[in-house]
Amino acid sequence: MTSNQLFIPLMALILLAVVNLIVDPGFFKVTLGTNNAGNPVLSGYLVTILDYGSELAILALGMTLVTAASGGQDISVGATIAIAGSAMLRVLCGSNSRPEALAAPIIVAFLVACLVGMLCGAFNGALVSIFKIQPMIATLILFTAGRSIAAWINNNELPIVPDPKFGYFGGFIPGIPIPTTVFIVLICIIIMALVLKFTNLGLYTQSVGINEKSSRLNGINPTLIKFLAFVILGLCVAVAALIKVSRISTINYSVIAKDIEMDAILAVALGGNSLSGGKFNIWASVIGAYVIQFLTTTLYKFNVQSDALAAYKAVVVILLVFFSAPKVREYISGSTKKIRGRFSRSRKNLLVKDAGKEESK
Amino acid sequence: MLGAVRLGSVRTDRTALFQKREVRAVENKVLLEMRGIDKIFPGVRALQNVDFKLRSGEIHALMGENGAGKSTLIKVLTGVYAKDGGTIDLDGQKDVKIHSPQDAQKLGISTVYQEITLCPNLTVAENMYIGRGKGVGTNWRKMYSDADKILRKLDIPARASQQLANCSIAVQQMVAIARAVDMDCKVLILDEPTSSLDEQEVEKLFVLMRDLKALGVGIIFVTHFLDQVYEVCDRITVLRDGQLVGEYEIKDLPRVKLVAKMLGKEMDDLSDIKGEQGLYNGDDKDSKVFEAEKLSSNAGIKPFDFYIKKGEVNGFTGLLGSGRSECVRAIFGADRVITGKVKMNGRPVRIRSPLDAMKKGIAYLPEDRKNDGIIGDLSVRDNIILALQVMKGFFKPFTKTQANAFAEEYIKKLNIKTASADTPVKSLSGGNQQKVILARWLLMHPEYLILDEPTRGIDVGTKVDIQKLVLELASGGMSVTFISSETDEMLRTCSRLVVMRDRKVVGELSGEDLTQNKIMSTIAGGE
Repeated sequence: MTSNQLFIPLMALILLAVVNLIVDPGFFKVTLGTNNAGNPVLSGYLVTILDYGSELAILALGMTLVTAASGGQDISVGATIAIAGSAMLRVLCGSNSRPEALAAPIIVAFLVACLVGMLCGAFNGALVSIFKIQPMIATLILFTAGRSIAAWINNNELPIVPDPKFGYFGGFIPGIPIPTTVFIVLICIIIMALVLKFTNLGLYTQSVGINEKSSRLNGINPTLIKFLAFVILGLCVAVAALIKVSRISTINYSVIAKDIEMDAILAVALGGNSLSGGKFNIWASVIGAYVIQFLTTTLYKFNVQSDALAAYKAVVVILLVFFSAPKVREYISGSTKKIRGRFSRSRKNLLVKDAGKEESK
Repeated sequence: MLGAVRLGSVRTDRTALFQKREVRAVENKVLLEMRGIDKIFPGVRALQNVDFKLRSGEIHALMGENGAGKSTLIKVLTGVYAKDGGTIDLDGQKDVKIHSPQDAQKLGISTVYQEITLCPNLTVAENMYIGRGKGVGTNWRKMYSDADKILRKLDIPARASQQLANCSIAVQQMVAIARAVDMDCKVLILDEPTSSLDEQEVEKLFVLMRDLKALGVGIIFVTHFLDQVYEVCDRITVLRDGQLVGEYEIKDLPRVKLVAKMLGKEMDDLSDIKGEQGLYNGDDKDSKVFEAEKLSSNAGIKPFDFYIKKGEVNGFTGLLGSGRSECVRAIFGADRVITGKVKMNGRPVRIRSPLDAMKKGIAYLPEDRKNDGIIGDLSVRDNIILALQVMKGFFKPFTKTQANAFAEEYIKKLNIKTASADTPVKSLSGGNQQKVILARWLLMHPEYLILDEPTRGIDVGTKVDIQKLVLELASGGMSVTFISSETDEMLRTCSRLVVMRDRKVVGELSGEDLTQNKIMSTIAGGE
């Protein structure tokens, strides 16, 4: 099952790599240079993909759990990133939007953002698990209101963080040439792996997603599991918000993490996870996230306008949906069987022909 | 509420309705005759040479246990299934062709199902006329006034402009019937219309049914409630295993005989097959492991008292829908418990959820294996360890080695046929799936094991395996409640039976009384 599921995203990744390799072998060149501040940094398309795919990879972790447990998706993650990011800035800068120094340590701001992210997750989770509202409808509320709430937190001002250290999270730590985001993703993945290993989160989530009634009769509390999935996604949102805000040391309420929810859902789907819940492979989703970033970067490299980007992605989605549809799969497996059958038959015929005398058509 | 006020005028209205339709109420005129109906599904002969005769102006009960072929027969009649043999004559027309539900409707055969098949978000009138328009354009005002007229004539407490969802289930049911009546139906099929109604609502429905009967409509009434059959029906046709058992006048067939015919056991067929197996013989064999007093749940069972002793096998028996599953669900906390006190080993406990029950050492194998039992996409291993894992706690998962050891142990012990422990459980056969769920609960080493229909849809060999296992467990000191539709099986395993009828406990049998005879007469009750 697992290896099977990793097949699709890995194939997509390889396909993209091969296309790039053919068009421009320099695509994979990674160079060590220095940035404006004189620190050593790695640069190249691969580094870009790893760096800018981070937020998506982190969100894919939480989104996979939400999808598996509730059989639906959270479309409010972009908006809640704005909320969590805005709360973070508010704590860092206080009421002054152009402060001389930080109003609070970065760690405090981050913890507040985590709390805010989890609260948003809890709100969505409560609507879905307790009030049994469809996930997409429930999260539509924060999707719609989120960016306004984010603006309201800072009185619609755009605070700028004065401390360059804050920029490390979305950039480089002096002396380390690898983007910090890569480490953040690694930490998130390790934590998630530990949680999945040392708790029953995986088993419970899958069993609730597959058969809620049956899970309840086995003593699992489906309401709690669904709620938990949304809260965990809220935490992922807060980490993503840290990276997003850190990249520019400020915020743009209407643009930050725009449309990221769709990419996160796409990452889950690319990972071969059923969007109607049940069994999941969280690592396939993470690979799916990098596939999306790979695609985006490739398109940029081919000088595709950013406006046109969505259309290209749509093509990928269409192909993906098409090939994962049961009917198509059935057809493909049927026709491969047919081809195989024909092949073996023609070989048999050939043998027969070889054995007998030559016939002309 | 509306009914009481109107009662006086209704009668005259109704006579008007009689006149509008031609009076067909000539007793004994055969309206519908199905002869030699065959229906074959891959591997199963669902109907075998079945005859069915319906007269105009009668209410005819179609009885039989699950799988007897009732619904297949009705689906053949309504054009859902194509018949593989036989003929259908309707109202003088020989050998009518019914290829689709639309055909059936055109011929005047209407069906009202247990689940309302109307559109709850439309109004009552819209529901009555939907799909019957002749073309574009609807005279809404006329439609509403016509609908109101019919509702008034049938004494249905609803307004035409009301949204259907705002009506009670009974009224929705009646609207469905009104729709059928207005479509000038000759044959009305009511498929378990009363199972979601309360007593008063049932009474109202019966009044409507009798009115229709007076109008000359032939009604086929399918129900599991014996009392209701004897209250409204004129004739009974009994099916068993896809074959016709017979057609009887209601007065010629007392309840006991009806039950016997449905179950296929003649009254004198008294082979008591309870084998000689070692009963549990510990010092505490008379102590009550579980005790319930006035227990009831939101699933609609009447409060009942119940106990089980250590090492005892007992069972709930009764026809389908009599509430036997609901009883054990209440014990396990699967439905919301409304009233009652529960004791485990003499100590009062609270069981409000399945987890509570599991912690107290109660295990429950549900009736509906597919929807309540297995977690289809998960592996056999995960399905086996699930309950024990949940008991152990969220933060203490079994290691892969432990889980595998448990799974392998029970795969061997219960002889589960699976490719490996990693195989998704849904790809196993029904009997093996059942064994997986059984393994899940046995792994927990419960004090009290509840098995609801553990042998349904399972081949004979596995059935016997499970029965033997139950007796073996009991002789080891486990208390087991065993529910089965097959009385044979219950007699073979249980030493005490609680008998249910119409969601009430109506008797308890043990020792000498444990015979087919006695069970049937208790189930039938009445007379």
